[in-house]
Amino acid sequence: MSTTIASSNIIKVKQEGVNLADSILVMENITKLFPGVRALDDVNLSVERGEIHALVGENGAGKSTLMNVLSGTHPYGSYEGKFMYNGKECKFHNVRESEKLGIVIIHQELALIPELSIGENMFLGNERRGLFGINWNETYSQAAKHLSNVGLKDSPLTLIKDIGTGKQQLVEIAKALSKNVKLLILDEPTSSLNEEDSRMLLDMLIEFKKQGMTSILISHKISEVAYVADKITIMRDGATIETLDNSDHQVDEDRIIKGMVGRELTDRYPAREHNISEENGLEVQNWTVHHPVYTEKRVVNNVSFHVRKGEIVGFSGLQGAGRTELAMSVFGKSYGANISGTVIVNGNPVKLSTARDAIENGIAYVTEDRKDNGLVLGDSIAKNNTMARLEKVCSYGIIDINRENQVAEEYKDKLSTKTPSVQQNVGNLSGGNQQKVLLSKWMFADPEILLLDEPTRGIDVGAKYEIYSIMNKLVEEGKSVVMISSELPELLGMCDRIYVMNEGEIVAELKAEEATQEKIMGAILRSDKSHIA
Amino acid sequence: MNNTLDSKRLNPAVFLKNAKKYTMTIALVVVFIFFAILTGGRLLYPQNISNLLLQNAYVLVMACGMLLCILTGGNVDLSIGSTLCLIGAISAQLMSKSDWGAIPTIIFCLVIAVLIGIWQGFWIGYVHIPPFICTLAGMFLFRGLARVILDSKTVNIANDDFLNIFTTYVKTPGLDDGDIKWSALIIGILVAVGFLVYTIFSRANKVKKGYSMSSNLVAYSQVAVIGALVIAYCWQLANYKGLPVMLLWILLVVCIYAFITSKTAFGRYFYAVGGNEKATKLSGIDTRKVYFAAYCSMSLLAGFSGLLVAARIGSVNGDTGTSYEMDAIGSCFIGGASAYGGSGTIPGVMIGAILLGVINQGMSIYGLDNNWQYVVKGAVLLIAVIFDVVSNRKTGKS
Repeated sequence: MSTTIASSNIIKVKQEGVNLADSILVMENITKLFPGVRALDDVNLSVERGEIHALVGENGAGKSTLMNVLSGTHPYGSYEGKFMYNGKECKFHNVRESEKLGIVIIHQELALIPELSIGENMFLGNERRGLFGINWNETYSQAAKHLSNVGLKDSPLTLIKDIGTGKQQLVEIAKALSKNVKLLILDEPTSSLNEEDSRMLLDMLIEFKKQGMTSILISHKISEVAYVADKITIMRDGATIETLDNSDHQVDEDRIIKGMVGRELTDRYPAREHNISEENGLEVQNWTVHHPVYTEKRVVNNVSFHVRKGEIVGFSGLQGAGRTELAMSVFGKSYGANISGTVIVNGNPVKLSTARDAIENGIAYVTEDRKDNGLVLGDSIAKNNTMARLEKVCSYGIIDINRENQVAEEYKDKLSTKTPSVQQNVGNLSGGNQQKVLLSKWMFADPEILLLDEPTRGIDVGAKYEIYSIMNKLVEEGKSVVMISSELPELLGMCDRIYVMNEGEIVAELKAEEATQEKIMGAILRSDKSHIA
Repeated sequence: MNNTLDSKRLNPAVFLKNAKKYTMTIALVVVFIFFAILTGGRLLYPQNISNLLLQNAYVLVMACGMLLCILTGGNVDLSIGSTLCLIGAISAQLMSKSDWGAIPTIIFCLVIAVLIGIWQGFWIGYVHIPPFICTLAGMFLFRGLARVILDSKTVNIANDDFLNIFTTYVKTPGLDDGDIKWSALIIGILVAVGFLVYTIFSRANKVKKGYSMSSNLVAYSQVAVIGALVIAYCWQLANYKGLPVMLLWILLVVCIYAFITSKTAFGRYFYAVGGNEKATKLSGIDTRKVYFAAYCSMSLLAGFSGLLVAARIGSVNGDTGTSYEMDAIGSCFIGGASAYGGSGTIPGVMIGAILLGVINQGMSIYGLDNNWQYVVKGAVLLIAVIFDVVSNRKTGKS
């Protein structure tokens, strides 16, 4: 069935010059080459004043590169083509020049300095000067004003390290406001936020839109794009595929996905046979974990759960609910202090005091933060692959390097990791492929129980599907999988059972058949109320 | 033609990476030729060739240990010059005042060196004292102790056994009686042939198991160059006094460390910790032990170098080993070790150390002021690190 391409809500991207008076930005025929890669290939993009324009596409589709051209990170001359902002052609040589005109980009990795205050961060490089040095009164009063615009009540004297990621994201936006932003570019702003904070941020964008600000939003999360965007431009392989009108917020998600991956995904979650054994692979009883620094605070409070062999169990919850802390503390006490409770693996109570103990008892923890906690980015795929169980390719402590490379090749094929060679440094791979290397590292460790913490964070739709398939294969082999995720649809699509956590406690346990997004959110919200009462 | 064409494709990034891999080797050759010409060929005299490595024995040995420290995250050990002096002082006093024999002295000294290593490794690995500060403290501590033990005097070493263990030349009766010490050349040829045989066998093994490998041309030209260098070097040694025992000691240490860092799980951990400590910890590796081992081995090698230096000079005073730590650190960075940890190899570090040695010796033979040697060393170090940083940027490594 061929979709009706000619339907009225599709605008062909090709613009005939600058004939649209209300275009704030028109990019024409942008081509950007990196050594060996054509990152952008004749890209056209037109953004109208006062709209929220979403840019979607797989990792490596060229979204961030395009925005870096726009912001002057890639200076004029390093790309071909031209772009007009407010009808005038721009030739930015650095970020400062684009910021002067009100184009501000907020990168996925926040550029805030943890040891400085909110106010200091906000005016970093743009300090409010007084007669002698910095005018602190003006700095902080202006900071407070911008903070209130983004709905933050924290004092501008608070240090960045003392506020959560969600608030840090808001500080970045306040910082953009302080630069008198006209065109705000957000690169994956919600990738590290929970649903509640994400929603708040998106609503704020809508609020800014009403005040006349234009935003470009890069996102992997299709639901939020559908919710907030007026137009959606789909990019694939360095080119813009099409721009969809989304003014009625009714755009078909599957259509976007199809545009991104260039193929129809019949099912976003691969089907699997459910062969759940009666036996528990992992059981945790009365697990309590205290904060490593503020030891009086209970991060995980008397939690008990079990995972059967061949079962995928989801852990849902807001950020700070204690899911990561629970998983890491079970994984050989890699987090927390004063840990109490029982871990039962295959029916036998075990004492796991180090990560090594956990690995030897068949537990793997696949971290949510692959760059910081998971991979050695400067090392090859082959070396990363064997890291958790190096002894498997060793005899008498001597590494059989040929064997190691062979193993890496096997896993590369098994997980279809895209790389020219297993000697490639992991840092050179895309996010999805890095995640595959991280998974193969832990699969190589031969675990019976896998604790997957946000296994699909920041990776594109195609790679997600592949990761899901790998998970299915693992449970078909009779392994137990715990999946921590902040994306409710993926939990609902993948899990046999879902635990809902809030404030360090399990507040609900739902079977796959009965679970819905509303029920999960409801459980979280109701438990919040009971805390107040 | 069983080599893959893939590896030969000309890709700018790959080319740059390869160019970088051999830059220091090329630099070494260029500098060597430069000084050979500048000194009118005097650098090539058998005596000077022999001395080139012997004079730098302490750098070659300690740079091996320093590499382990630097791998863990760009951490250095500042105390090794003082440790070297302390161990040298103990050995000198034991043999001159207490009349200890050579073997008990050596064993006792190495035990003390390990104890110093345990002391530093404990604070750095298990109490998380920053290595820079801990070893800075060690630098003062051990220097002071050495001077106390020496009683602020220069102590001579007269024990012949001790001197023989480190400073004689290999002598085979019948072969080495004439002007040319044939045993040195024979050993050189044996090493070269051994290397060739090893390469043939390991490649045959790879073919059998279907592993990928570099092309025949690359592999065998490498064998040819290295083999020729070894034989040429040994020929020069044969023309002087023969094969020095100290060279064997150096080779022993270098080979052990090259093996550990490239082939063992234990060695791999140093790279992992420097590459990403948190990920290493979560992979079930005890990172405290890795730090501990790095500083322990460093002190052991510093102690061993103390014995080498004491034997070569024949005396120890309170200033022995001053700023030797900087030579070891410099060799590592010139040899391509990353200042942030996680990368660097023993062969690279050896090239760095020899490059420093050639510059030193070339300038001394040429008769340049000692002070200028510092200027040149500093410039070389800076250029090497600048090159490292800039080329990493071009190949896209942050």
